[in-house]
Amino acid sequence: MSIPAAPADASRPVVEPVLELADVNVYYDAVRAVKDVSMAVRPNTVTALIGASGCGKTTLLRSLNRMHDLTKGARVEGRVLFEGQDIYDRGVDPVAVRRAIGMVFQKPNPFPTMSVYDNVVAGLRLAGRVRRAELDAVVERSLRQAALWDEVKDRLGGPATGLSGGQQQRLCIARSLAVDPAVLLMDEPTSALDPQATARIEELLAELKQYVTIVIVTHNMQQAGRVSDLTVFMHLGELIEQGPTDQMFTRPQKELTERYLSGHFG
Amino acid sequence: MVGPALRRGGTARRRRGVMNGFATVLVVLSAAVVLTPLVLVLIYLVGRGIGSVNLAFFTRLPAPAGEPGGGVAQAVLGTLELLLIASVIGLVIGIGTGVFVAEYPDHPLVPTVRLLSDALVGIPAIVMGLVAYALLVVPLRHFNGLSGGVSLGLIMIPYVVRATDEVMRLVPRAVREAGFALGLPHWRVILSIVLPGAASGIVTGAMLAMARVAGEAAPLLFTAFGNQYWNVDPLKPMAALPLVIYTYSISPYDSWHRIASASSLVLVVLVLVTTALTRFVFTRRAR
Repeated sequence: MSIPAAPADASRPVVEPVLELADVNVYYDAVRAVKDVSMAVRPNTVTALIGASGCGKTTLLRSLNRMHDLTKGARVEGRVLFEGQDIYDRGVDPVAVRRAIGMVFQKPNPFPTMSVYDNVVAGLRLAGRVRRAELDAVVERSLRQAALWDEVKDRLGGPATGLSGGQQQRLCIARSLAVDPAVLLMDEPTSALDPQATARIEELLAELKQYVTIVIVTHNMQQAGRVSDLTVFMHLGELIEQGPTDQMFTRPQKELTERYLSGHFG
Repeated sequence: MVGPALRRGGTARRRRGVMNGFATVLVVLSAAVVLTPLVLVLIYLVGRGIGSVNLAFFTRLPAPAGEPGGGVAQAVLGTLELLLIASVIGLVIGIGTGVFVAEYPDHPLVPTVRLLSDALVGIPAIVMGLVAYALLVVPLRHFNGLSGGVSLGLIMIPYVVRATDEVMRLVPRAVREAGFALGLPHWRVILSIVLPGAASGIVTGAMLAMARVAGEAAPLLFTAFGNQYWNVDPLKPMAALPLVIYTYSISPYDSWHRIASASSLVLVVLVLVTTALTRFVFTRRAR
């Protein structure tokens, strides 16, 4: 299940969404944390999920690559189509799903026992592809894409935990990119970082979308405004409004959205 | 310029000082009580045994009773071989079970396994010897080293299970999730990401379990049995330092008593050194 990273082509109108959600509900035991969400994500775009704490945005994000399979009591209903295929269909391998739809987490989580190099190639090497020359190329490409190459090229063999927090997060991004995913899910990737490191990652997103489609959860509205093409606003588990980011931030259609964006709650 | 809230309390401060001093004395005393027997045992063993710890002790077979000289080389070798057999059994089963318990917490068997494993710690060593006797001595119709190693391995299992379980659960969930998010299967995440992260703790647990069984004599009495001669064949009776200590201590010969003391000293030092070495190596690596 390998997906070539298609270069962005602005002249050609994109028809097929990469991800398409239809009436998605997520339950934690009896609690319904995400309610009837339907939306579509177009390739080579950045989609931001925004909303107050506890609105279900992270829960929704984690349903997009079957991370909830690992949580006891969590259950997903509805359809999540990836390139037309429901990832919750019987016979779909969750491991293959996560290979195509990667994830970057809130706190940088490099593998602590591995070097920078080993972290980047972990996804490839541990899945069985081991040609050294190939790996070297992947490391350089991924680290360049994550704008980290210049900072770590002289210490690829050093421990990943020796990097700063912002570098570690970009390392995690490089590690996800190394397996060449079609979609990258990012769960508040800058919330543990200082403003400078945050700015670097935000710049990075604009570059990255030529290789990969991004869905990012953020509790920071300004960040959503800066980095995303499409914004999805959620409240208490429901999708309240979605639309092109500029339109949403200037002319929100729903009163709730407007109140959230103007800082009345959240 | 000090406000009243900060200035107050001449007597309160004195009282606090007294309490602090009292508590300090109490903790230091407790530590001393813990350490005293260990130090006394060491002094006693060094005093009685150090004279007999020489090259011959490690290289020669026992001399006939009453004759000077001789060593317990066969028992040193036997103890090492028994520990090797015990470790293979104790580590393979112990780590395997520990991984199961830590990584599949929702499996219906896990609470039972954890309970039984904890209960196993409380089972007397001699009972484990009986198990090995029934399994390996009775069918073979003679005492053998393998049964001794198995009995020690059975004793090791619960310690290794608990150490593995505890340190694997210390590996952050975020690190596992990172592995899953790369599209790695569960077994691969365990093997290449969680286990290396937990390795130092598992090794420490394994060394402590080995130290725990190295001095066991009871289960060996009717399994490995002991041997006065060289033997590396695990299917024949095998010597061990604890058995030497047992046999020689209750003998009427003074020269044998000295050998028993020397064996005790070697055993204690062996355990101390292994423990200290493991701790040293792994605290250094952790930094």
